[in-house]
Amino acid sequence: MEEKILFSLQSVYREPLNVRAFCFGDLNEKTICIMGALRGNEVQQMYVCANLVKVLKRLEEKGAIQKGKGIMVIPCANYYSMNINKRFWPMDNSDINRMFPGYNLGETTQRIAEGIFSSVQGFEYAVQLASFYQAGRFLTHVKHMVTPFTDSDGLSDFGLPYAVEREPRPYDTTTLNYNWQLWDTKAYSLFTQSTEELGDKAAFQAIEAILRFMKKRGIISYPIHPGHITTLVKESEMIQVHCPCGGLCRIKTDIGNVVYKGQVMAEILDPFTCEILAEVKAPEEAVVFFEISTPLIVEGTVIFKLIKNSTH
Amino acid sequence: MAQTVAKFGLPVGEALKIMKNRCQGGSSSKRVCIVTGTHGDELEGQYICCELGKYLRENVDRLDGIVDIYPALNPLGIDSIMRGIPGYDLDMNRTFPGTEYGTMPEMAAHEILEDIKGADICIDIHASNIFLRELPQIRMSVPTSQDLLPYAKMLNVDFIWVHESATVLESTLAHSLNTRGVKTLVVEMGVGMRITKEYCRQLMDGILNMLVNLNMLKDTQAPSVREPIVSVDGSVGFVNSPAAGIFVPVAEFGSNLEEGEYIGDVLDPLSGTVAEKVFAPCSGLLFTLREYPVVYGGSLIARILKESKN
Repeated sequence: MEEKILFSLQSVYREPLNVRAFCFGDLNEKTICIMGALRGNEVQQMYVCANLVKVLKRLEEKGAIQKGKGIMVIPCANYYSMNINKRFWPMDNSDINRMFPGYNLGETTQRIAEGIFSSVQGFEYAVQLASFYQAGRFLTHVKHMVTPFTDSDGLSDFGLPYAVEREPRPYDTTTLNYNWQLWDTKAYSLFTQSTEELGDKAAFQAIEAILRFMKKRGIISYPIHPGHITTLVKESEMIQVHCPCGGLCRIKTDIGNVVYKGQVMAEILDPFTCEILAEVKAPEEAVVFFEISTPLIVEGTVIFKLIKNSTH
Repeated sequence: MAQTVAKFGLPVGEALKIMKNRCQGGSSSKRVCIVTGTHGDELEGQYICCELGKYLRENVDRLDGIVDIYPALNPLGIDSIMRGIPGYDLDMNRTFPGTEYGTMPEMAAHEILEDIKGADICIDIHASNIFLRELPQIRMSVPTSQDLLPYAKMLNVDFIWVHESATVLESTLAHSLNTRGVKTLVVEMGVGMRITKEYCRQLMDGILNMLVNLNMLKDTQAPSVREPIVSVDGSVGFVNSPAAGIFVPVAEFGSNLEEGEYIGDVLDPLSGTVAEKVFAPCSGLLFTLREYPVVYGGSLIARILKESKN
């Protein structure tokens, strides 16, 4: 293993921000890159990568990384924000993951993005441990954006129960994943259940999925369970369940559960009297793929995303 | 007359309302929309909304058409000094056109767009951010410039910046409106969290000039307006901080600089030294200057307009 500093930024009153990468196997080869936290609240994403570093270190010692294959892991690119409990950049609240491919003469986060991208560009495969902007829990899944450069074949190699395809929106064009694809890297986003909290079960499910992908693509030799037969879901075909009014949200199901038409999935309570303002019911038989985790709910908020049972 | 554009119940005891002030007179169906407060830390537009609302109320007999004034597209952001939408940490100006059945910010964006749709002109007023001070300017992309330039020239700004289009900007209110036939002009001026009365009055004159030119204000002498400089991307010089530290300007904002002229210092307070001196990379108008002193290496310090009048 070799530890590298990909980019360094000076601050007036803090130690320099050093974006660290951990490299394994053939250091001259760019086979797969795994990116962890680009945002300050992506603790689970960092944790997954940190664990992966630990596993890969052992695999390298055992000689389980195939000849001519190079692996890079970047657990955390934005610990300046993480150390002050902030999601975006400390000073201007800009999002590094909306600055790619970056610009080395631009604003600070554009420079950080450029510093990272110049190192991670050119890999054959890439996996980004991603997070959603709403607080909530997902079933662990792999996702990719449908672009002219997309490689759908790899989605099932992670062996996760679900893979999601998403049509990109204009704001996606400045994300790391999109730019990886634009520059010929087969890039995937991997979502684990949580963001700000550590979840061991989901973390190890994600690590296994990445190792499984590496094995199937001939990067490592490692005995691993083949995983699930992956169901491919189009994001546009998921059922989004909205909250009909504001209030306190009491969830009455869990991710992964099958819910039946008319089943009460959540109650919205009056915050002053605890009377039930609304019951949120399943519109049809489906699997709970996402559920919100904040108790205070604004009217119209998506509180569940469901996968129709007929999709399977 | 105050009208509700969108309403969402908040979790505890209140509703979020996005409001507009409809000023209507005469029989014309022409409609101009003034929108601001998309970013909660930008307040320059607040003063213009007040002044314009007051003027139109006092001169409603001369108004022939509709002027809709939207002072706060992001009311919670203004209330909490947050640039994005509180609770979501989303830039509202990256959520357009929104969706009818999405998250609250997406639905708010959709309803705002539906409300403005059908207007003839929209003026989207921004105030830079807390970091940079800007001379009054209008920004537009190359593909929209042919349609927008004649209207932009009415608005009494110092210059018009025609920039290359970027896909990411397709999520802005201006792009969504322009593609739906509402000629939308994006104004940037002043600095975040402050009101610069001088600039507000300048733009207010421009808006009245436009209303007169659109025949929406009868029997009114159009205020005299300045001829703006029209600039393209290549004619703007960027000055980024060469070091981390505290930036203290020397050059006067809005002045014309010579190449190599002294713009300011980046100081290191711990050692009491000048970390770097900053100089102009080209001659021209200093139209952007850093207001917030703390800088990282790479922070934008200034922008200089190289070109002279067209």
